Amino acid sequence: MRRILIALTYLVFIVLLIIPLFKIGTGAWQEGLDGLIHAITRPEAVHALMMTAWIVVVVTMLNTIFGVMLAMYLVRGTWMGSRLKQFLNSIVDLPFAVSPVIGGLMIVLILGPSTTIGAFFESIGFKIVYAFPGMVLATLFVTFPLMVREVMPVLQEVGTQQEEAASTLGAYGWTTFWKVTWPLIRFGVIYGVVLTIARSLGEFGAVLVVSGNVMNKTQTATTLVYQDVENFNVVSANGVALVLAVFSVLLLLFMEWAKRRRGVH
Amino acid sequence: MNGILRHKGWSWGFRSTVMLYFIVLIALPIIGVYTKSFSLGWSAFADSVSDPLAWKSILLTLKLSLIATAINILIGTMIAWVLNRYKFIGRTFLNSLVDLPFALPTAVGGLMILLLLGPNSWVGNLAAQLGLQIVFHEPAIVIAMVFVTFPFVIRAIQPLLEELDKSEEEAAYLLGASKFHVFRRVILPSILPGVLSGAMLAFSRALAEFGAVVLVAGNIPGKTLIASVYIFGEVESDNPQGAAAVSILLLSLSFLILWLVNWVQMRRHAK
Repeated sequence: MRRILIALTYLVFIVLLIIPLFKIGTGAWQEGLDGLIHAITRPEAVHALMMTAWIVVVVTMLNTIFGVMLAMYLVRGTWMGSRLKQFLNSIVDLPFAVSPVIGGLMIVLILGPSTTIGAFFESIGFKIVYAFPGMVLATLFVTFPLMVREVMPVLQEVGTQQEEAASTLGAYGWTTFWKVTWPLIRFGVIYGVVLTIARSLGEFGAVLVVSGNVMNKTQTATTLVYQDVENFNVVSANGVALVLAVFSVLLLLFMEWAKRRRGVH
Repeated sequence: MNGILRHKGWSWGFRSTVMLYFIVLIALPIIGVYTKSFSLGWSAFADSVSDPLAWKSILLTLKLSLIATAINILIGTMIAWVLNRYKFIGRTFLNSLVDLPFALPTAVGGLMILLLLGPNSWVGNLAAQLGLQIVFHEPAIVIAMVFVTFPFVIRAIQPLLEELDKSEEEAAYLLGASKFHVFRRVILPSILPGVLSGAMLAFSRALAEFGAVVLVAGNIPGKTLIASVYIFGEVESDNPQGAAAVSILLLSLSFLILWLVNWVQMRRHAK
């Protein structure tokens, strides 16, 4: 029984995860190294990868700052009633339940060129939908719960005793945060950052709807993969997909490393 | 610096900014979709939803998500069990690999399935000779959904298996219970909340999945067009009201599931 189960487990992993991952690696080499280099260094691929990189950087920064703060307020904030806290706590997860396409649609519906808000911003020369800000917004929406959900349990676990001790000893709010709270929640934040990077790197549905997927303008790496496949340009799609896959695997490895380090400490 | 930061206005400002960000980013868009779908009145909403293609896409999504979830419950429970209970070569490696579908962009996942099972691949050719059609048909959609939701059930069961008191099992064995009996009567009841909440998360993710599916489904209206791809099509053809109408059906369903998951977890903590 034991042997059969282990063998079955290996089978599932190999068929569902390892072979496909391997296939991406070999698929990109189909036309040799030149083909791969060409696929990645096409102007549209370079632009798409840069676009993705920018989105990842901006989204990760914003999501980290606001996520950590919101988590602190939701766990520690005494200024809002417990009812309100419960309600806010329950809507944090909403983006998980929303299909990315719908997430994108929401932003188009509220900020699109035909709406009042969108028209206003457009008139002052600030394009949101079908431009970079909209894509950042869509990705922020999708990644929102990741940081909050990683940091909240850590904050709950560590309690307030050490912070109170620091305050009693005369440390001000900011000092307490950097010297006491931050070291305690550090790993939670790191996990949150890794998850946010992975998700914003791979976000597809929401960005596709919001960006309009204009080549060399609002195209990200994932939407370029999609377009290449639609154009039956599978080798090029593989090249870009390989770059994305390598990043994801690296993130996964980093996550494992961080987990192990946390276990040691 | 500290003097400035201690000022009351700062903390008030921080709070308002964070709350505003939260409301504007999360609550406002969701309200926007609900209002948009009724923006042209009830009859327009009813028309959009009762469009046969819309209906078919929603039913197809539900059916395939259910199949994918059932598959995930089976293999997920098995894998969680094997990874937690048995020591074998490569266990830690497999355990880290579980999260791969979360880390990998879904479009890349779809592309991998397309490459493996597509018309020019080895498996695709074999299946074609046997008269089976995988890619651009329902099986490919189910495979994509299973791939994307793979970690949910496993990650929901693992902590429960770790918590499980071994002495209960041993007592059952001592009392002469068979292996199957112990699994059904002792282990299953304690991991069931995990199986349920993992399955519901997987189901709601499968309902919402777009990236992996759009590449492998072929998206033939009425046949392999799932709801999220239908919504995307409506947006592309400049019919935001119709897109919003189908969206709120899916959304309401997902919210219900999310609420159920929370409820199950709350009940567990209450015990």
